[in-house]
Amino acid sequence: MKLYITENTKRNDKTVAVDDTILVEGMPSTAGSKMLGEFKPLFDAEVISRLYNTGFSITGKSNVGEFGLDLLGETSNYGVCLNADGTLAGAAAAIVANGDAEYALSVDLNGTPRRAATLQNVCFIKPTYGTVSRHGVIPCACSAEQIGVMAKTSVKAAELLSIIAGHDKKDGTSLPQMKYDYTAADNATGIRIGIPTEYIEKAEQTVSEKVYRFADVMKADGATVEEFSLSELSFVQAAWQILLCAETCNNLSRYDGVKFGYRGNNSKDIGELYTSSRTEAFGLNAKFAILYGSYVLSKGHYESCYDKALRIRRVLRNKLDGIFSQFDLIIAPACSKLAYSPSDVVNSLEACYNESYFTALSNISGIPIVVCGGVQLMGDSFSENKLLTAATVYERTEVGK
Amino acid sequence: MKYEIVIGLEVHVELATESKIFCSCSSKFGAEPNDNVCPACCGMPGMLPVTNEKAIDLGITAGLLLNCHINRVTTFDKKSYYYPDLPNAYQITQWFSPVCVDGGLEIETQAGKKVIGIKQIHLEEDAGKLVHDDWTDSTLVDFNRTGVPLVEIVSQPDLRSVEEVLAYLERLRAVLRFAKVSDCRLELGSMRCDVNLSVRPYGSEKLGVRTEMKNMNSLSAIARAIEYEAARHIDAIELGTKTLIQETRRWDDISGKSFAMRNKETAEDYRYFPDPNLVPIVIDEEWIERIRASLPELPEKKAMRYVSELGLTEESTALITASRNLCDIFEAAYPISGSPRETANWLIMDCMSYLRSKQLSADDLIIDPLKLGELIRMTIEGEITRNAARRILTAVIEQDADPKKIIEEKGLSVQSDEGTILAIVERAVADNPKSVQDYRNGKTKAMQAIFGSIMKELKGNGDPQVIQRLLKEVLDREE
Repeated sequence: MKLYITENTKRNDKTVAVDDTILVEGMPSTAGSKMLGEFKPLFDAEVISRLYNTGFSITGKSNVGEFGLDLLGETSNYGVCLNADGTLAGAAAAIVANGDAEYALSVDLNGTPRRAATLQNVCFIKPTYGTVSRHGVIPCACSAEQIGVMAKTSVKAAELLSIIAGHDKKDGTSLPQMKYDYTAADNATGIRIGIPTEYIEKAEQTVSEKVYRFADVMKADGATVEEFSLSELSFVQAAWQILLCAETCNNLSRYDGVKFGYRGNNSKDIGELYTSSRTEAFGLNAKFAILYGSYVLSKGHYESCYDKALRIRRVLRNKLDGIFSQFDLIIAPACSKLAYSPSDVVNSLEACYNESYFTALSNISGIPIVVCGGVQLMGDSFSENKLLTAATVYERTEVGK
Repeated sequence: MKYEIVIGLEVHVELATESKIFCSCSSKFGAEPNDNVCPACCGMPGMLPVTNEKAIDLGITAGLLLNCHINRVTTFDKKSYYYPDLPNAYQITQWFSPVCVDGGLEIETQAGKKVIGIKQIHLEEDAGKLVHDDWTDSTLVDFNRTGVPLVEIVSQPDLRSVEEVLAYLERLRAVLRFAKVSDCRLELGSMRCDVNLSVRPYGSEKLGVRTEMKNMNSLSAIARAIEYEAARHIDAIELGTKTLIQETRRWDDISGKSFAMRNKETAEDYRYFPDPNLVPIVIDEEWIERIRASLPELPEKKAMRYVSELGLTEESTALITASRNLCDIFEAAYPISGSPRETANWLIMDCMSYLRSKQLSADDLIIDPLKLGELIRMTIEGEITRNAARRILTAVIEQDADPKKIIEEKGLSVQSDEGTILAIVERAVADNPKSVQDYRNGKTKAMQAIFGSIMKELKGNGDPQVIQRLLKEVLDREE
């Protein structure tokens, strides 16, 4: 079980594990890739500075799949992280679940931490896009990726989030608000909850049972629950794939073997250096994103692919306004099933795309997510406290049981 | 057949900001290789671009100077291509909504005045530089220039001759330098020009096949390149060969020829898309008005004012308004000196001859205008002689010295005490019988020699008028 890519032996009692896609000065930060090899950053990510300033210590760099592009870390250059039963673990969530660190910072690029938190039955909160600085995140899809917090309970996750959240002038998309107060209300009375039927239809029964179980707890506490149709989800999934790959392709272009990281062998000229370095060091997921991303941005395809995806993103905003005037939050599965064996993801590309059906909505629109009790709760931008209220009510009920 | 040359220019100008466009590194020219770099501008992951607003200010300034419309919302976009001097393998530029569009610049040639249309002005980051090291036979990368802010000024294809191109470039350079948008030095690469050229039969409306030429680093190279390329196009048309294709060509100034770099088929696809890290910039009226208010009075306006209101000659006006620096010094100094005319003279005579002796140009003059004004005032009011003032000027320029202090320290104030001077005059007359004799024989010039020895005795600080008067009195008295 390869939990960490780099482990820190010096620890105090306020411990945080950090995804290897987040830079920590002095520790190799590789995004799980061969391309970055032993790359040691010259500075700390903003979130890391904020943790140090408040007395936290870093337990190490959690194992992630290459650039965080895969399902559950199965494409890591440092070996896959498995549970005792041989299923995929998701390192950051596993670290929190087995108590090796109190918290983990995990980058939600394409839903990986949400799947991991679901499988490990821990809590994960990804706040509204722009709440937490992306300074020091090894970038793929800058318009969407956001650092979130894993912890055993939603209260603990919210505690750490309030420490790392707030404006950072080093990130041009960072929202102006300096401080965020994350507090849950006492009960779910009056909360209007929606469950999109399309999600339920795509998930295995074990997963949808969790959704209904969560809904029942909410109803018992005074919430209303209603199923509704969100037929746009397949468009959302396709548009997100285009945006994710286009931006990732662009951000991975800096790894060319010239300045740092992996350099290919025996190249006669600069063209060969580029080709050999990138061919030898990038894995399947990165290569797919590069090819697909180049295609959707190329002349002749920009209008029909990338630009259309941007328009879907804008139209979706209006759709979400409608949904969130009707519901305070949405309960949905975060993945299609509750255990993945490595053989499930041999063709990781297809598995990733299929699973993004459940996660793309929040990535493409930047809305906040709380994963709790094996389901994901989604709300409108800045509705974190409603999501936390629902999570706290659920956790209280389950513990009291 | 008679042919018409049709030319459009893309002029890159490095902006005169203190720091780079998306990080806080210095953008100063001439540092040791890779001294002005940080993780952001050498392409390391994790740093995010943060826009230097001064660069946008200067972009708007350029737009207002060239009568452009300023777009109220402007965006930054990414342009992807691989080259070792481009560390991110993308350049942040403005593709979808440039900061300025639809302007014009008036030029004047022998044929008269003409307005050259400006299609757009966009901001972008510069790339680094490759340096070949013969010693190790390797190519090294210098990222100092990476991220230095540029504007690219794209003209309409309105230019028809070398003369017009040179007039346009010189006018553009003068205006941008005057407003301190850029120092526009072709030889240092802070101004670079790509020439888009086609030819067509005279009178035809249809544009011919266009080629783009790069790598000219002087006005004369640009002129040569246009002449060569136009001749090449005309030959190709006349001979009916199919060698003329739309392509980018590199000018080689040594061989005097252009060479194909890449054509339409092999052209790179830059895969432009909006940079998600840089939110669109809203430029409101207030911002534009703030820049408008800060625009300098342009040379033509200044020249008119200097002649009509300040009474300068056209010649000295022309010399001063050729440099924004001289204008600034002049305008701050003359209210102190009390005489615009004298101040102008000091600048174009004494200051310029100092600069020439150091092989510097007018823009290099660094002097406290208040001290210069004070020095000139004291000279005008006869507190020091012009000779002494010249010597003090050097100290004011080189050491930023206070002229009054130097006068005190070195005893340079004018000696005009009549008793003292009379004694020296009498001694001089007694010591120079030959000159006195010559003077009395009608050689009035002989008086100069005696005057000189008196001035020498007074270390050059004697009041010339007092000496002159007393000397004449003594000579005439003893006749």
